[in-house]
Formats: sequence, structure tokens, C-alpha cells
Amino acid sequence: MLRISIDRLNELFDAAAEKQTLYIPVDREDGGAEYKKYEKGMKLSRSLNTVRSAKDFFFPQTEDLMEFRVDKKNIEVKDIRSEAEDFVIFGVKACDVRSFSILDKVYLSDPVDSFYKNRRNHGVVISMACTHPAETCFCTAFGIDPLSPEGDAVCRMDNDYLYISALTDKGNAFIEQISHLFEDSSETEEEFGSKYRDIFSRLPLAGLSTDAFGGDKLDEYFNSDKWGELSESCIGCGTCTFVCPTCQCYDIKDFDTGNGIKRFRCWDSCMYSDFTKMAHGNPRLTQLERFRQRFMHKLVYFPACNNGEFGCVGCGRCLARCPVSMNIVKVMKDLEVKK
Amino acid sequence: MQEAMIKRAKELLAEGIVNRVIGWKRGEFAYDSTPAIFETPEELERDFVYDDLTASNLSKYLIKESRKAGKILAFLKPCDTYSLNQLTCEHRVIRENIHVIGIPCDPKIDAEKIKAKGISGILGIKNDGVDLTIDTIYGKESMPVSEAIMEKCLSCKGKKHVTYDELIGEDGELCDSGRFDMVAELEAMTAQERYDFWRSQLSKCIRCNACRNVCPACTCEKCVFDNDASGIANKAAADSFEENMFHIIRAFHVAGRCTDCGECSRVCPQNIPLHMLNRKFIKDINELYGTYQAGEKPDSVSPLTSYTLDDCEASIVHERGTE
Amino acid sequence: MQVNQKEFEPVIAAFCCNWCSYAGADLSGTNRLSYPSNVKIIRVPCSCRVNPMFILRAFQRGADGVIICGCHPGDCHYTSGNYFTRRRMTLLFSMLDYLGIERDRTRVEWVSAAEGAKFAATMNDFTETVRKLGPNRRLEDLRCRKQ
Repeated sequence: MLRISIDRLNELFDAAAEKQTLYIPVDREDGGAEYKKYEKGMKLSRSLNTVRSAKDFFFPQTEDLMEFRVDKKNIEVKDIRSEAEDFVIFGVKACDVRSFSILDKVYLSDPVDSFYKNRRNHGVVISMACTHPAETCFCTAFGIDPLSPEGDAVCRMDNDYLYISALTDKGNAFIEQISHLFEDSSETEEEFGSKYRDIFSRLPLAGLSTDAFGGDKLDEYFNSDKWGELSESCIGCGTCTFVCPTCQCYDIKDFDTGNGIKRFRCWDSCMYSDFTKMAHGNPRLTQLERFRQRFMHKLVYFPACNNGEFGCVGCGRCLARCPVSMNIVKVMKDLEVKK
Repeated sequence: MQEAMIKRAKELLAEGIVNRVIGWKRGEFAYDSTPAIFETPEELERDFVYDDLTASNLSKYLIKESRKAGKILAFLKPCDTYSLNQLTCEHRVIRENIHVIGIPCDPKIDAEKIKAKGISGILGIKNDGVDLTIDTIYGKESMPVSEAIMEKCLSCKGKKHVTYDELIGEDGELCDSGRFDMVAELEAMTAQERYDFWRSQLSKCIRCNACRNVCPACTCEKCVFDNDASGIANKAAADSFEENMFHIIRAFHVAGRCTDCGECSRVCPQNIPLHMLNRKFIKDINELYGTYQAGEKPDSVSPLTSYTLDDCEASIVHERGTE
Repeated sequence: MQVNQKEFEPVIAAFCCNWCSYAGADLSGTNRLSYPSNVKIIRVPCSCRVNPMFILRAFQRGADGVIICGCHPGDCHYTSGNYFTRRRMTLLFSMLDYLGIERDRTRVEWVSAAEGAKFAATMNDFTETVRKLGPNRRLEDLRCRKQ
């Protein structure tokens, strides 16, 4: 691996930001962290994760799709798509990196979403190994190795050095740009990982298993009588879906600006009362059905359509943020017992 | 306290006075709890929890619960009783179907504030009144309790229950915690500073609607922001204007009805001080139309559904303003 | 952005109650009194029909100032509507001020059906006040800005 002293991190950022737009996680005054466009002097956040996930980079909360203007019998349609600029996201944790491949399965499979693909092509993901997980972490349950994240290049950081190694051509090209800052190191990925491996087995959710779930479990769980009790406390807000790195549902709306129409899409949440509402009405009339949709989607429907891969990466954001602390772990544990 | 509550709940269940209990259920971690309905003594024994981490206000659940068959036992903290009174006042709950036990309340601990100190991997939290001892996977940590107190408890209205059928423990007193100080501080800033402050706060909003959905005063069957026919429905703030609009309208719609229970700020995933909007309305109402506490009485008239002939004119905003 | 004060013609949304202020506007017209043509009058059955949302929407769609006109206190066609308006608007304007929105962009004025001259004078004065502030930038929707 290549390494750089962590005192010189900002030199690295300065050099990278010169070549392309760079986003790094930074701490906010209120205690949360968020990705920000790098400006000179910004400090890399040491918190485990950002409040919002990194999916915003490829699938932003709102984005304009097209514009049109109606003038008598003429409709003038404007294609507002443009080539995205190159950008680098630095410090993405293993869970969030895996979420990109989950989103890819939705947006890059036929029909390809050109808005998503555009950003995906221009984005370089520099991941960061986790060395200080929180109690809410359970990515290992989904087969993710937090010490060896995917991405275009991987960083590993201890108290002295930041180590970097490339995984893809994009990652190689990124390191190439700033290679003068790095020195060679004899530390290997395995050596680094072995120092922290033990922590992950001590996590309270380390034993969580997904064995009882999968694409073939529809009949077992859909009509489970547990859903009533589980969804009872749900207040129907969209917090879990909006901080989730893998939630991918969106709604398309028109906005009348007074001098034309902007058609845009925005994140939708299955927790909302008008989710998938259609001309005939709403197929999910109560919170129970909406609540069930979210968890069945992640644990049953998604694997059914994607060779058994789950639609959750165990980042723990919904565990930390749910106003009533109802979350996927509780759902998994409760449903499982029933079986 | 928890034992006394479970004991009393079991008695009321056994006597047939109530057929279910609403309280808090033990969660996955030391600090999380979920509002839950208990129907049997066994469930109570196994899962019921009440400690300094059970912060959520249960009153809003009673809208639905009080319409079900049988009577429900509700454990309410002092500030939750204000919400219930307000709901009773607005005919949103059927008060006769609720058996309220007022429970005393100590300042709640905010796990977010502990985490903000960089303490991670929390396994257990012990509170000796002065310090918190936090057991983590990385070893023991400690911090002063005073630094971990939940925002809404820092501006506590008092320990007095305004409605109850019975009490466990003694009823407390009202207190003045200077809850309008922060509002006054903001008011004293220049317009540009205020604008910058609120822009930086409201631009964090992800429109998850947690503040709205948790609010015991937000009880519309169909919110205007969810109603496509209203013309202003929006699921995400596509422009900074919409961030402002949502929060102004949300706060305005509960003006005069907001009891200042602080749930909006507690649940905000982005730590936006939303209570500071509601509190501005409360402060203005107090100053312009006389002191009014929503939910204090079950039959009071809200200042926005009443008037006096000699109310001040709207131009007072210009006259009072700084800068 | 540099704003040329001379060229800036503020757009004013004026919510006028049907019974007093709208008639007042009518009277100022029949008396050939002039007020800026950028004052857009929106007739409402009573000033208390004005939902705070209307005001925000007006700002969203490009208004630089919003004025609510109703019957004088005591003269409401519906007895008490304008008293409610008075409380609501006071609180709303105070909130806008709290959020850092220029307080001179909003106003409530009582104009009776006989006060054609007051209506014109009010609109002239309000337009000039808003003109000094420049375009509404703090509470506008960028998507609605005219290209």
C-alpha cells in the first residue's frame, strides 16, 4: 500500500481538489456529519458516518428531468440533461459503497436511468475502512467486510498514516494524479485489518443473521401477525427511508413556475400515505401495509429479483434516527422468532 | 419507579378497569425505547421500561387508541399531559376511554448528545445523578449528566401534571427555565444574521416529516403538504423556498395550540432547532395577547380563535423590531 | 447582483376584502386616482380568508411585497373576520421578521369602501417602500424567477 502521514491529509485534499471536484465528510456544529464540497482548510470528519447517506451523489433527493412550455396548441419540450462534471467522493464507508452496487442493480439494469448513469460514470469513489464501528453497525450480516470496502480506491487510516490502494482503473487514475504525495509502505491490507478485526466480533449486533430471509420467504412473512404489533408505534415519517443508503423509490411531479412547467423527481417514502397512490386509489391503505412494504422490500422482494442480494447494507442509520426506535433489526428478530 | 408502574398496571388490568396499557418497550440498545401497547402482565413484566431514556410523548397515540374498544391506561409525564389536554380540548381524543396515570419525570438523557462527544459502541448507560458512566465496546467512558440532557428537558415547563386520573409519586411544581432566552437572543440579531441562521438550519431539512408526524398538535386527517389537490403538496424541498414554506406553515398551524413539548426537535434527524419556531409564536402570543399556555386547561380558547377589540395592529412588528 | 433601483418595478400582491377594500380600489379607479399598475389585486370574501400560505405563495411566484386590505375593525361584513386577520397577520409577519425576511415587505391596512384616496395613497406608499428594498430575494422560489 501507499501511505501518507495524516498530518498531511489536507495537502492530499488540496492536490485532489485542484484536479476535480472533491467531496469529503465534515463535522457540523450540531454534532452530525455531512459530505461537503472540499474547500481549503476543511477538516475530514472522524465520525463513523454522515447523517445522510452517500447515495445523494448519484441519486439526489430532487432533480429536474425536463421542462416544457405550453403555448396554445404547441408544447415546447426542453431536454435539460447535460454531461455531469468529474467528481471524487472521499471517505465512503463499506456499507455506503455497497449501497451503490444495490442502486446500480435498479438504475443501470434495463431500462437504464440516464440521469443516474451520467453521475455514476463521472464519480470516483474513494472508500475508507472502518476502524471504530458503532453499536448500530451490522454490515457484516450482509457479507460486507468493513475493513476491506469496495470502491475505486480504498483508504485505511490509523493514528499515524493514511494508506491507499487502487481497485479499479478510475482509482488508479486518481492516485496517479497525486502520487507524488505518497510513499511506499510495507503494511499490507491483511496486517492492517487484523488489528481491528476483533472489534467487529464484539459489536452487539455481530450475531445478527439473515438466514431466515430471502427471495423465497414471501409466504412465511407476508401475512405474519407480527406486522400489526411492529407497525403500531410507527409514526409514518420518512426518516428511515431518507437516511437509508439503499432506498431507491421516487416520485415524479410537475411544478408550474408561472412561465413553464418543470418536471422533477424526488425521493418518495413507502411510509407516506400517498406512496404508490394511483388513479384507482391506494393499494396500501394503512400504516401496517406501508411499514411491511419497507421491510419486505429489503429482506424478501429485493433478493427475489437480485439473486439473493439483500436491499440493506447494515449501516445502522435507521437504528440511530428513527423517532420511535423501530427498525429493521427489531423487525428481523421479531419475525424470525415467529418462524 | 418502573416497578411501581408495572405493579399498578397489572392491578388495573386484573381489575378490568383497563384492557391495555400504553408505555415504552425496551429496545435493542441501552438507550432506545419504542412506544408500545401492552395487553398482558407477562408483556409488562418482560418489556415495559421507564427510565431517564424514555423520552417520547405518548399522547398522540391516544387519538387512535381512545377510539378502540375498552379503556387504555396511559402513563404520562408532566409535559405529555399538556398535549393530552390540548387534544381533549380539540375533541381529538375520547378522554373517558383513557385512564391517565401521572408519573414523575427527571431530565431525560439524549443519546445523541453522548454520541456527539465521540462516545461510540454504547452498551450501557448508568446515571448516578452527577455523572453518566457509559459502558462501550471500547471500554468505560464518563461524562457529566448535565451535558447529556435532552434539549426539551433543558427548558422544562415544570413537573406538574395538568390532567390525570391518579398519580404515582408526588405532583411537582411549575418552573421557569428561561425557555424564551434563545428566542430573544435571535430576535436581537440583525435581519441578515437571522436570515443566515435560519437558512443554515432549514437547508439541512430532508423533509422526512418526522417533526410533523410526531407532533401531538399536528392531527389533520390529511395534511395540506400531502394533498395533491391543494396545489402546494411537496415531498421534498425542490427549492430553498419550500424549506422555508414548510416550516413556517408547520409552526403557524400549531401556533396557539403548541404546548412546547419539544418532540419536533427531539426527532429531527438533522438536529434543526424546530422548537425555536414554535416558541417564537408562544413568546409573541404571551407578549401581545396575554400569557397563554396551550393544554393547561382542557377547555381553554386558543388565542388564534379569539380576539379583543383593542388588539395591537400588525404594524407592531415594525415598531418592536430591532434594526 | 447589482439592482438598478430606477428600473426595478416591484410587484405587489394586494389581497382585498370584497366588501370594503375592493370597493375602495374601485372607487379610486372611478375617481381617476392612480396607483402603480404592478399592484395585483386579489379579491377575497373577507380579509380573514387570507391563509398564510397565500402570502408565501405570492412571494414564491414573484411578489416583492404583499399587502392585506380589509374593513376597518368593527366594520367587518361578517362582524369579526378582520379581528382574526389582525392576530394572524401580526403573528405571521413577526415570524417572517424572525426568519430574517425584510419586515417592510408585508403590511396590513384597513381601507373602507369610501376611502378611494386612501387606497391609492396606500398602494403608492407601499410600492415605494418595497422599491427601496429591492427585489424579494430571501423568500423567492428560484424556479419561478422570470428569465
